[in-house]
Amino acid sequence: MLNKIYDWVDERLDITPIWRDIADHEVPEHVNPAHHFSAFVYCFGGLTFFITVIQILSGMFLTMYYVPDVENAWKSVYYLQNEVAFGEIVRGMHHWGASLVIVMMFLHTLRVFFTGSYKKPRELNWLVGVGIFAIMLGLGFTGYLLPWDMKALFATKVGIEIAASMPFIGGMIKTLLAGDATILGAQTLTRFFAIHVFFLPAALFALLAAHFIMIRRQGISGPL
Amino acid sequence: MQRGKGMKFVGDSRVKANNRMPNVPKDYSEYPGKTEAFWPDFLLKEWMVGAVFLIGYLLLTVAHPSPLEGPADPTNASYIPLPDWYFLSMYQLLKYSFASGPYNLIGAAIIPGIAFGALALVPFLDTTPERRPSKRPLPTAFMLLAIAALIYTTWESVAATNWEAVKAQGVISDKHLGLLPDVEVDETSEGYEIFQAQASCIGCHGGDLAGVSGPMLLGNELTAEEVSEVIANGRGGMPAGTFSGTDEELQVLSEFIAGLKEK
Repeated sequence: MLNKIYDWVDERLDITPIWRDIADHEVPEHVNPAHHFSAFVYCFGGLTFFITVIQILSGMFLTMYYVPDVENAWKSVYYLQNEVAFGEIVRGMHHWGASLVIVMMFLHTLRVFFTGSYKKPRELNWLVGVGIFAIMLGLGFTGYLLPWDMKALFATKVGIEIAASMPFIGGMIKTLLAGDATILGAQTLTRFFAIHVFFLPAALFALLAAHFIMIRRQGISGPL
Repeated sequence: MQRGKGMKFVGDSRVKANNRMPNVPKDYSEYPGKTEAFWPDFLLKEWMVGAVFLIGYLLLTVAHPSPLEGPADPTNASYIPLPDWYFLSMYQLLKYSFASGPYNLIGAAIIPGIAFGALALVPFLDTTPERRPSKRPLPTAFMLLAIAALIYTTWESVAATNWEAVKAQGVISDKHLGLLPDVEVDETSEGYEIFQAQASCIGCHGGDLAGVSGPMLLGNELTAEEVSEVIANGRGGMPAGTFSGTDEELQVLSEFIAGLKEK
């Protein structure tokens, strides 16, 4: 039955080459923790992606309750945290995942660095990876404001002041992020929400796709 | 690649009707060592690592609920701002005298810019084919230095922070939850006007009498004499003699505050 469905789709779309690329490709011994325990360092990238998937799913559920508006943002988070069934777990996973993804990404970066895996022909993938790193930091920065509690407001105030202290472009960055040259308020919250939920994830997906396509194209770097 | 005559396509699409790749898994015996297929063999092992990780992740989530402070109040000037922990090193940088004040540009843009730029350009700075860290001492040394600097600045920032004060600030109060005591405030009374006119009163106790850095006055349990005694001599964190007005006004104010009893 499943084979028939597969063949029916395959006849029309020729999906076997795609399936080969996604699933049925070789994994060499030196990255397999079942053969060499120390190869767990090669799992950091996969774990980063694993947390990223959890962040996307938990974030989707958070937006079912979250209201990006200065009057109700904090109230909605308080309600989610204290009244909604498992809301504390979903928010907790998103909160801790935000830290863990930075940790795992940092470890993944160090693994790639110390195994020299960024060398020719993988320079472009390293560049894309650094881009992903920057986007993750941006997601952390914008997400911190969203609960609209005291630490969110004052950390963002400081962050935007630092950005505003840049020469030439500082004022423009501030207005772009905060929505106003002087006020940090309702506009800022909606902008950070839009950046956190739409702009940065869109950029992240594009870079992740490039990251993975390049890995499939080039394969994993060989043993040292 | 076969082209032109003899080619058959599925309908009018570009997918070939014949010569499609057979759906037979690759034979990995021709690969060196213990190479195996990603799906499902290797993915299962990776999932085992993921499951161990997930258990730790969930234990962390259950043991430490994510923090939530009181709602944002931009008028609170005494709040100590702190970024999330992974920005602490950059935040600490701006506290060193060589990277703040007139040299703010160094701490805010130049040092982070050089660090991030160098990270991005690593493949173009280290172009030798040698991959072992011991065989390329300079890149290895620079990276170890960068990690040490990150850890050191983060540690300095953590050590310089008064964590008890950070924990005490921003606590969610009954006021935030709309759980104020049931007190009727006569906003037309003389005492109310005197209170609102005293900047030192509303600075700590709030224009709504529900407290800011000082305690809430609604539902207090003091008599008028005790209130005027506290205003004159201070108590706890409240300094003495901040009230500026006549003795009659003090008397009216004390009676007003003492009248804020819960029903």
